[in-house]
Amino acid sequence: MAELVKLNINGREIQAEKGALLIEVARQNGIEVPAFCYHEDYTLQAACRMCLVEIEKTPKLQVGCTTPVAEGMVVHTESDVVKKARKGTLEFLLTNHPLDCPVCDKGGECELQDMVFRYGAGESRFVERKHHVDEKQWSPVVFFDAPRCILCYRCVRACNEGMGVGALGIGNRGVISEIVPNQGDHLECDECGACIDICPVGALTSGSYRYQTRPWEMDHVGTICTHCADGCKTTLGVRVDKIVRGNNRDRSGINNEFLCVKGRYAFDFVEHPERLQSPMLKTAKGHEPISWSKAISLIANKFGETVLAGGKFGVVGSNHTTNEENFFLAKFAREGLGTKNIDHHRTGDLATFFDALSGKPDSLASSGDLYNVKAVLVVGSDLAQQHPFLSFQIRANFRHHNAHVYAVTSGPVREDNQAIASVRVQKGGELAGVESQRDKLKAEVNLVIVFGDAIQGDALRKLVAFGDSLGIPVKYVCLVDYSNSRGAFDMGVLPRDGGLSREQVLAAADLDVLWVVGANPLKNAALASKKAFVVVQDLFLSETAQQADIVLPAASAYEKSGTVTNVCGEVQKLKAAAKVMGTKTDLEIFGLLAKEMGLNLGIWLPDKVFEEIRKTVHGYNVPLPIVATGGAAPTMPLNGRVAALPGSIASANDTLFTSGSLSKYSNVLNAVMESPGKLYGGEGK
Amino acid sequence: MAKQLFNQPSPLETMVLSKRFALEGSETLDVYLKNDGFKAFLKAKEMTPEAIIDEVKASALRGRGGAGFPTGLKWSFVPRTSPKPRVIVVNADESEPGTCKDRLLIEYDPHQMIEGILIAGLAVDAHVGYVYIRGEYRYLIEKMDRAIAEAYSKGYLGNNVAGTGWKFDLYTHSGAGAYECGEETALLDSLEGKRGIPRMKPPFPAVAGAWGLPTLLNNVETFSAIPPIIRDGGAAFAALGTPKNGGTRLVCISGHVNKPGVYELPLGFPMMKAIDEVAGGIPGGRKLKAVVPGGSSCPILTASECDIPMDYDTLAKIGSMLGSGGMVVLDETTDMVRFALRIMRFYQHESCGWCIPCREGTTWLRKILQRFYEGHGRREDISLLGELSKNMLGRTFCALGDAAAMPTISIVEKFTEDFERYLARETVAV
Repeated sequence: MAELVKLNINGREIQAEKGALLIEVARQNGIEVPAFCYHEDYTLQAACRMCLVEIEKTPKLQVGCTTPVAEGMVVHTESDVVKKARKGTLEFLLTNHPLDCPVCDKGGECELQDMVFRYGAGESRFVERKHHVDEKQWSPVVFFDAPRCILCYRCVRACNEGMGVGALGIGNRGVISEIVPNQGDHLECDECGACIDICPVGALTSGSYRYQTRPWEMDHVGTICTHCADGCKTTLGVRVDKIVRGNNRDRSGINNEFLCVKGRYAFDFVEHPERLQSPMLKTAKGHEPISWSKAISLIANKFGETVLAGGKFGVVGSNHTTNEENFFLAKFAREGLGTKNIDHHRTGDLATFFDALSGKPDSLASSGDLYNVKAVLVVGSDLAQQHPFLSFQIRANFRHHNAHVYAVTSGPVREDNQAIASVRVQKGGELAGVESQRDKLKAEVNLVIVFGDAIQGDALRKLVAFGDSLGIPVKYVCLVDYSNSRGAFDMGVLPRDGGLSREQVLAAADLDVLWVVGANPLKNAALASKKAFVVVQDLFLSETAQQADIVLPAASAYEKSGTVTNVCGEVQKLKAAAKVMGTKTDLEIFGLLAKEMGLNLGIWLPDKVFEEIRKTVHGYNVPLPIVATGGAAPTMPLNGRVAALPGSIASANDTLFTSGSLSKYSNVLNAVMESPGKLYGGEGK
Repeated sequence: MAKQLFNQPSPLETMVLSKRFALEGSETLDVYLKNDGFKAFLKAKEMTPEAIIDEVKASALRGRGGAGFPTGLKWSFVPRTSPKPRVIVVNADESEPGTCKDRLLIEYDPHQMIEGILIAGLAVDAHVGYVYIRGEYRYLIEKMDRAIAEAYSKGYLGNNVAGTGWKFDLYTHSGAGAYECGEETALLDSLEGKRGIPRMKPPFPAVAGAWGLPTLLNNVETFSAIPPIIRDGGAAFAALGTPKNGGTRLVCISGHVNKPGVYELPLGFPMMKAIDEVAGGIPGGRKLKAVVPGGSSCPILTASECDIPMDYDTLAKIGSMLGSGGMVVLDETTDMVRFALRIMRFYQHESCGWCIPCREGTTWLRKILQRFYEGHGRREDISLLGELSKNMLGRTFCALGDAAAMPTISIVEKFTEDFERYLARETVAV
């Protein structure tokens, strides 16, 4: 317990930790100390001079953001001299700030606007000509309007310290100081847009959101990003059923303010013109629209006939659909269709992982653990590309807690910048690389090991044995690719008890029915069975859907409720943001099919199915209030031995700018210079 | 042919630091050695670090860069037993308008400064030093480099300084033309290769300076004063000046005087005597209007305030500063609106832009003064100039904001009639 001091702010006796920053202590006690440049996650600047406060026995006003509290300190934050100073600073700020609030994207959620409203200086004594420079476009998603910039350097720090990219700097000096991008006239970076969201004013604006709406005309829907497996909360701004913005400025969710380019911008596939909006039947002339009732009836009949005839089903589930949908699909396959041939694209060896860790309930790391643990070992994954939030957590841990970072990878990774040891290994040599750090790791207090698909099967067991041998508490993250890869596994979309794997289903020449839900298995593989009746539920006419007898237009994750489980096993709630005419959620499709087939698989409302999951899926008896209020509830699926599964496990090796088949339909991901095949050739880095 | 000097010395000077200036070849090590050179170092080598610092304290030497912080005290803040190596940095970023003394110390007697640095190195157990020279002093960098090379070649720098077996390395580093980099922490950032903006304090450079190492940072003149102090004793140096204001300092007298130049005068020297006798008085018998006592950042003095001894404490008492020793004499023909504008143009140009009040304030003030000067002033602008300056004063990140605010406040308050004359559409004859 840190030493406590007593101080007095505005006549109130306050106790605080010795050395805590005055601005934080004041804010924690409900005393407003305004500031622009102060940001609790990043380095102190003391540049904006808004947080000046009066401290008795100190001749000059002091900045609250860099002054540590001390015993007996007497502080005034609302005295006349402080008010005058704030007003003076705002008056200075407004001299060159354009008063174009009525056309500024930030109008209505602008910190400068708020402060001027609260602290005055609404009327300026400035009668001179303002300094003006033209607006610049730095990338398809980042615009910079220098005159609006108040030079708080939050963007510079978010990019440098938060993202580890450092694409922004300061050019020139004095009143013509300007934030400059790393390429002089444009940005080459993660395109994450963190700079835009952290900007207190309208200096940095989003290429996809600008001039679309006023902030108060939107509904703000906090849901979970549907791309990678990290499970970031993205708060979607929805105007008349259309998503116009993604951000997480309200800092809800595990990711605080963090979002990558996908979470912030790649919701645009929802509105893509190729989005399927009607069920379709394959005819001689190609796919023809049919009604939902006809489609459901045709499928139900075919499924029913096949069940009666004892035919062979193959079901391929999705990495993106909800837990409820996955659970219902598994149940549908097993109980309704009587098949064990159900699988999904597995991207991490969770079966071996859970098996190797059985009986060690405290060995699953949460996303928060990555921020708090003393040491992190990254094995065989370029987190900044595939798991940007986990990478962000590690950087934040390094920045705030000086965490020890180890990277054992086949190429350079961003974690090298924080690492006390970077080990380069050939693919397959990861374990030897890990072994080489044994002595150092043994000396750590505790450790989280994050590993990619290079570690599977025997290698995974050896890694866990290595962790056990260190004699310190070790937790693990087994990386998987997509927003509900973990959930698909946990919900049993798996060829258990002798079922056929995804590859085996595709290779089975006697397959009667192939039912694909939100997946694209025929993108890189052929279907061996010539007679198979293929049903596909998807957003787009994917390579698989093109071969389907019936295609059903599904709703995306941004259009439905339910829950998903992230890479760390944390369950979070999806909230429907947009609506796309003609689509149905996969869960509704399952329900309608079950009804049509006369199956009783239970009510297909997400909340009801989640109730069932909580009761029946091991480790998912999570506290409802946490999930219902948008929190992340950790699951504990370690339930003893897990049998080995057939089939292969491979990450799709998406980059920061791809997202499986989905990225094809995101204009933003394709527009930025960094997308694969553009700026950096085919390397995708 | 006699040596071409910056200005002819005055018989009223007390030449301690500048005593070799007039010697032919004063910039060479040979001449330096023949004229008391390195006696102080050899003496200091036999002293304990504490004794060296005590001697500096006894000299009552105060920092000659402008702030006037007691030098001995500053040296005592450097943790000489820290596990981190100590660094010595010389602030040769002489940029304060009206100041031109450090250049002479480097140009005419660089080895005196080197010896001072070496003694500081003994005092804080440092073995490396950097001379940060302002970018505009390009020619001085060459001279300094030449002096350093000579000292290395003759064994007064390097692994065996003056045959004592003690090691010290010295390097020059060029600034890039920013006044702000004269602020010690901005200088350190610049020295490290970063954008020159001041750092947050604490930690002070003595604890965490260049590259985070304990750093002793002083002005050129401060280091140059060290050899005479050690050689002749701190008390002797102190006795040249007044109590708490030890020794002599190089005063740069410019503006409306017959003999502008750099003169070494003891602390406490009468200001009027400096103007009238040392610098030869005001041309044409015109009357004194105002004096900038120590560089453009200091509040200006009216003629009636100038009958004072020049020491830190007296100047502080009347609300100004001795600053960097840059004294600008203004006679009765001076248009104070134009003068204020000229000063503000400088600060507006040099504001680093880091903090809001300085960045926006200096620009706004410059624009008002410019408008005023062009004949479009309004009565309310006069009070606005003062109010805006006061909104900057004490609220900026570093002292640059204060440096811009203080002279402006004093000019507006003390020479309001010059501004009023503009309102009546009259200009002062220039």
